[in-house]
Amino acid sequence: MNNLKVLFNGIVRENPTFVLLLGMCPTLATTTSAVNGMSMGLATMFVLILSNFIISLIKNLVPDMVRIPCYIVVIASLVTILQMLMQAYVPDIYDTLGLFIPLIVVNCIILGRAEAFAAKNGPVASIFDGIGIGVGFTLALTLLGSVRELLGTGGVFGISLWGEDYGMLMFVLAPGAFLTLGYLIAIVNKIKKQ
Amino acid sequence: MKKLKSSLTNMLLVLTVISVVAGGTLAAVNKATQEHIEKIKAETLARSIKKVLNVKEEEALTVEDYEDGGFVIHRTDRGVAIESTKNGFGGALKVLVGFDTEGTILGYSILETSETPGLGAKAGEWFQEGQKGCIVGRNPKDTRMGVTKGGEGDIDAITASTITSRAFLGAVQAAYDKVFAESGTDGTTSATSQKGGRQ
Repeated sequence: MNNLKVLFNGIVRENPTFVLLLGMCPTLATTTSAVNGMSMGLATMFVLILSNFIISLIKNLVPDMVRIPCYIVVIASLVTILQMLMQAYVPDIYDTLGLFIPLIVVNCIILGRAEAFAAKNGPVASIFDGIGIGVGFTLALTLLGSVRELLGTGGVFGISLWGEDYGMLMFVLAPGAFLTLGYLIAIVNKIKKQ
Repeated sequence: MKKLKSSLTNMLLVLTVISVVAGGTLAAVNKATQEHIEKIKAETLARSIKKVLNVKEEEALTVEDYEDGGFVIHRTDRGVAIESTKNGFGGALKVLVGFDTEGTILGYSILETSETPGLGAKAGEWFQEGQKGCIVGRNPKDTRMGVTKGGEGDIDAITASTITSRAFLGAVQAAYDKVFAESGTDGTTSATSQKGGRQ
């Protein structure tokens, strides 16, 4: 398979959020604002690219029956390393995102891609798959976060457009996450069908 | 290369090797970053203490720290800064409050928060000077540190975030009680301050 095709496959045709509906927990929980959604997407992408790469390298060394525990150890280590590095070198981002970083371990997108792609393909293709899915996830989370922030607080990326007084708080809270996600999936499917 | 068979020896071997490698890598990264993390934490805290006590960044400030019953107290000649924690809406809410020697609030800073962004997370600005729920310049001796809703206190709560506001004001009150409640004594007997609004 062509690497570029793999890349775009993750962004559009197999978008993890809008098409595969994977990783719903961080999607719903972290998209209270556009910045939060985007940061979560980027952090996930970092782990996904590295885990795809490492798993595609060790795939033949791992016996089938213990592959899941092996993959989880690799993913958990990567997440912990990311957490420590962020805490040391970008403390500001860590402050807003710190809570969500450990959640990446149980994000099924990462284990899903390890199983579905990295365990069957070479390292280079796996990196491209990681980038594609990562970008797709980041875009979806940013979009979801932007819509929720816009409807909830009347601004995007912290810039107020029509003032907080006209925002519907519900969209920043949990019910708004479900509603927004549902409508976005419907819209994406509608566009894809045309 | 052919895939390894799922025999018991293979499985044990592979899992052990992977765990050992992962553990080793984590230990190495931890060692490499630990010092830096500690340094950044200490710097942030030092900056926050100066901020809440209204001391300029470049001024020197001698701080004497000690822990007492869940509070970390930083004593200086310009006042006292207290770290106080309460449970908010989304988890622990840790605030650093600065008092002058009389117990008047000089400033505050949120050290740790998991409040809802756009709602409770506004606590960082809401209670600052010039804002709607200003607590700076007030003294818990004369001002009841509670939300106006239901007549609990004299401070306006954050819109739609009464729980966060209660937690925040509770933390401020608890910090005040800890150090000033026993008529300005050092708060060495913590028994009375325990009742300070702990839920």
